[in-house]
Amino acid sequence: MSGNDDTEKALKQWEEGTVSKTLTKFPEREPKFETISGVPVKRLYTPLDSGCQDYQRSLGFPGEFPFTRGVQTTMYRGRFWTMRQYSGYGTARETNRRFRFLLEQGQTGLSVAFDLPTQVGYDSDHPMAQGEVGKVGVAINSIADMEVLFDSIPLDKVSTSMTINAPAAVLLAMYIAVAEKQGVQMDKLRGTIQNDILKEYVARGTYIYPPKSSMRLITDTFKFCSEKMPLWNTISISGYHIREAGSTAAQELAFTLANGIAYVEAAVKAGLDIDSFASRLSFFFGSHSDFFEEIAKFRAARRLWAKIMKERFKAKDDESCKMRFHTQTAGCTLTAQQPDNNVVRVTLQALQAVLGGTQSLHTNSRDEALSLPTEQSVQIALRTQQIIAHETGVGDTIDPIAGSYYVESLTDETERRAEEYIQKIDLMGGAIAAIEAGFMQREIQDSAYEYQKRVDARKRIVVGVNMFTEKEDREFDYLRVNPDLEKEQVVQLKRLREKRDHGLWKEAMRSLRVAAQGEVNLMPFIISAVKAFATVGEICGVLRQVWGEYKAPDIM
Amino acid sequence: MSATQLVEGVLSGNRRDLARLISLIEDEEPSVPEALGQLYRHTGRGHIVGITGPPGSGKSTLVTRMTTEYRTRNKTVGIVCVDPSSPFTGGALLGDRIRMQEHALDREVFVRSMGTRGHLGGLARATSDAVRAIDAFGKDIIIVETVGAGQSEVEVIDIAHTILVIDVPGAGDDIQAIKAGIMEIADIFVVNKSDMPGAERKVTEINAMLDTDPRERAWRPPVLMTNARDGEGIAGLVDTIDAHRKYLVDSGLLAEKGLQRSREELKTIMEHKLTTELMEKLKGLPEYERAIKKIADRSDDPYSVAERLITKFLADYGRRVAESERKR
Amino acid sequence: MSSPKRIRVLVAKPGLDGHDRGAKVVARALRDAGMEVVYTGLRQTPEMIVEAAIQESVHVIGLSILSGAHNALLPRVTELLHKEGADDILVIAGGIIPEDDVPGLKKHGIAEVFGPGTRLSEIVDYIKAHVKL
Ligand code: B12
Ligand SMILES: Nc1nc2c(ncn2[C@@H]2O[C@H](COP(=O)(O)OP(=O)(O)O)[C@@H](O)[C@H]2O)c(=O)[nH]1
Ligand SMILES: [Mg+2]
Repeated sequence: MSGNDDTEKALKQWEEGTVSKTLTKFPEREPKFETISGVPVKRLYTPLDSGCQDYQRSLGFPGEFPFTRGVQTTMYRGRFWTMRQYSGYGTARETNRRFRFLLEQGQTGLSVAFDLPTQVGYDSDHPMAQGEVGKVGVAINSIADMEVLFDSIPLDKVSTSMTINAPAAVLLAMYIAVAEKQGVQMDKLRGTIQNDILKEYVARGTYIYPPKSSMRLITDTFKFCSEKMPLWNTISISGYHIREAGSTAAQELAFTLANGIAYVEAAVKAGLDIDSFASRLSFFFGSHSDFFEEIAKFRAARRLWAKIMKERFKAKDDESCKMRFHTQTAGCTLTAQQPDNNVVRVTLQALQAVLGGTQSLHTNSRDEALSLPTEQSVQIALRTQQIIAHETGVGDTIDPIAGSYYVESLTDETERRAEEYIQKIDLMGGAIAAIEAGFMQREIQDSAYEYQKRVDARKRIVVGVNMFTEKEDREFDYLRVNPDLEKEQVVQLKRLREKRDHGLWKEAMRSLRVAAQGEVNLMPFIISAVKAFATVGEICGVLRQVWGEYKAPDIM
Repeated sequence: MSATQLVEGVLSGNRRDLARLISLIEDEEPSVPEALGQLYRHTGRGHIVGITGPPGSGKSTLVTRMTTEYRTRNKTVGIVCVDPSSPFTGGALLGDRIRMQEHALDREVFVRSMGTRGHLGGLARATSDAVRAIDAFGKDIIIVETVGAGQSEVEVIDIAHTILVIDVPGAGDDIQAIKAGIMEIADIFVVNKSDMPGAERKVTEINAMLDTDPRERAWRPPVLMTNARDGEGIAGLVDTIDAHRKYLVDSGLLAEKGLQRSREELKTIMEHKLTTELMEKLKGLPEYERAIKKIADRSDDPYSVAERLITKFLADYGRRVAESERKR
Repeated sequence: MSSPKRIRVLVAKPGLDGHDRGAKVVARALRDAGMEVVYTGLRQTPEMIVEAAIQESVHVIGLSILSGAHNALLPRVTELLHKEGADDILVIAGGIIPEDDVPGLKKHGIAEVFGPGTRLSEIVDYIKAHVKL
């Protein structure tokens, strides 16, 4: 390796000569530099650093193991990523209007945000739902609401992502039933249910049942979809929420993959063949504000998952090793102060996601820290993606950042740090044990607190917040959800309960209870129940009675 | 508000006054001893259960489950959870309540979290008096969860009638409780997390340990298994606590413990009073300061000085008492 | 001899809101400022919050809410406190609460509202200045 020796010598000369001379006159901005996640950053990266000495093994080619450079063979030369804005508020009718607006604006996939009562399995008339109906997502009680939600949207033409976890099976069942009414069979349906309960315990909070029963429900959906819905993503294993709760990049990656490992183990234990379901697992990451670290994270994620699938789970099919993921720009980096600046942040973060090879993307709106996005704001956010896709040329060659000494080295480092965490979690008995012991939660909280202290001490600059501030914030119009919608929704729900065939409903609920007490696959029972106009609250209520509720550990 | 003003409220079942009194106890408000004195006659009814064991062993979960069980048996419950205070800032995060949400709205359950405020031994300085206040308030069962920092948390023995030592199945052969030196104080051993592998082995290990105890004991601590997460073994545990209570009563140990505790307590209070008064007297006394200097330069020794000062203090004290007697 | 009085704070998450990053960061900051902080976890009803505040005899209730349900839930808390005769407890809030809603909440007894970007020291200072011990 005489080439390396030469470089090493030259580098040393540069450091000791040119650099130290310059430093005496112009000291650097900081005594040391590090990424937002705390990875040390050197002055300069050279061929000596980049870990891709073994090109074939660590990078390879797009569409081939280990997929570092991308999961699709031609990536964005074939088709751009799916532009998918997460949206939902008020009633199904209002959200349907927003969906159609977005599709008209050139959005290429749908993404449903449900309100909190729906996400924790309560109907709009539950006492805990008071004041929350339709506030931060759309309220869906029954298949009747679901029909309105997708009114005039052909379900064989769009792909739909639903951010729903504990009640994921119920909403999937409703989607199937509504499609059937539209004349679309379930094997034609494309989309994703989030269905990732483990990160709910860790970072998102919309859990209902204890881990064991939740895992059963999830493997039931895996099994059902592997037989009947070949185009459906059965889970979106999410790091986004972990990151937004305050984690570092390596923690985001590690905890997400550790959760992924737990799901795969559960499915294998339930008797599924790895190659029968693994290709339908999808992932979801955040795109935070450290430009290169994020690109490195996406690349490391693909490589690490591919290795895990092949080595740990002995997947034979390369499809099983492909990590496909959705990305969202980091809401927690967006500020209430000078909201227009957020457009710039989102642009950079979106660019990172594209350079990192994402399959779909949500760009946050400039009013992120104020309210749900207004129509104007969400339009700018969507346009941002369209500009990146159509004007910048970044999608015209595959994985264009590869070969950057810095990014390759950071890719290795992020992977290494994540693997270290995964090992630790393995030793604790896996992700579920680690979560029950509060390990992930504590790590994330520590990082979140550390970060906040750095911002407060102005060791981390946030433009408009702790530097370049303005005295008075300008008026900014924000979205208000009409509080009367709650009453309207409750009235509708009452009417539905009176109107439906009571005998049919009762029988469906009874069978569901019996099934939940036993071990059969619950999906068919849930589908029958939603077709009998059983509500989300009723179905989840039965399961609550049979399975009990999760109690969070004290991790303070 | 002073502590004595709250006594009536506490005795008439006002939980807000009880809560306030506990705060005043923690803050060492001057009228607290008097208030506790007034409450004293109303105490001694509740059964006090201490729970100790390493952090994360499931103490709070177990407390919650036991409370549910006691409630189905129509017993009212008071709970005191102690968490460590930061030695640097004095602040504390008190999170045990998170686990106890199912009792949040049950008026027959009173939960209080407490920081150690620098006190060692697994409890806060105020814990003992807080338990007494809850006792006077009328709770049937009072459960005290110690810090669980793994140090020798033996102080709970001074206040509890029945002590549960919690352990969990775990890697390695050593019993955590022994390491912590709290083996001797257990009235009941609980191997929690029985759903995890190795629980039976842990039970065997603890029993083997107990076999090596040479003392003749009428109550050999039973070793129970629980799964607090799913609520298994809880009824049995509560039965065993009842049995231990019965044993204490029947054997006369409860009465004996009562005497013992009264003796200790009187001694502590007297010591405290004497030292405070003595120090109060000596503070700033030129003679006292001179004596200290002499000790330091070796021209006198601390033993003789102490003897002299105490004798003088007691003589003065006696004279003062006799004087006030005469006046009366 | 007497130990210094400690400020006791209940940090609570009313309603179904699962955003706990801010609440936990604030809880830690208050601890590091020497306060005793009781945290009760997610999904608290106003009734649960008030009961915990009373049993724990806190001086301050800090409500963290980012779910948009503040107008429905926060006034319930102060109302129940009033019913218990516990108006002396300082009630403050933080999270995503639009400017327009702040005057209404203040009218209902929420002393102050802290939005995104608030420095932790600002919260600590506010409590120290306004708490009634
Ligand atoms: C992080 C985040 C998440 C994370 C939460 C992780 C976690 N465990 O906390 C994840 C990704 C899981 C998430 C999910 C959702 N989110 Co969110 N999220 C955010 C985001 C981007 C940042 C919040 C944050 O943590 N900031 C960092 C912390 C430190 O700041 P903070 O909470 O504001 O706290 C500061 C102050 O507010 C104040 N403060 C806060 N609490 C308290 C308490 C007291 C006592 C005091 C004194 C002060 C105080 O002091 C803190 C320090 O400065 C905001 C938008 C934004 N930029 O603010 C949206 C936002 C809050 N989310 C929103 C929504 C809609 C959701 C969802 C409901 C979407 C859906 N339909 O599924 C879900 C569901 C979550 C749930 N279970 O409730 C909306 C809420 C809209 C509204 N209220 O009108 C927002 C505003 C985004 C938007 N514009 O749409 N989210
Ligand atoms: N598997 C299992 N976990 C338990 C059991 N009891 C408690 N836990 C879990 O252990 C963790 C710590 O419990 P906690 O009660 O807070 O422990 P403490 O620190 O001793 O008070 C929580 O995540 C509980 O859910 C049990 O019997 N089995
Ligand atoms: Mg505990």
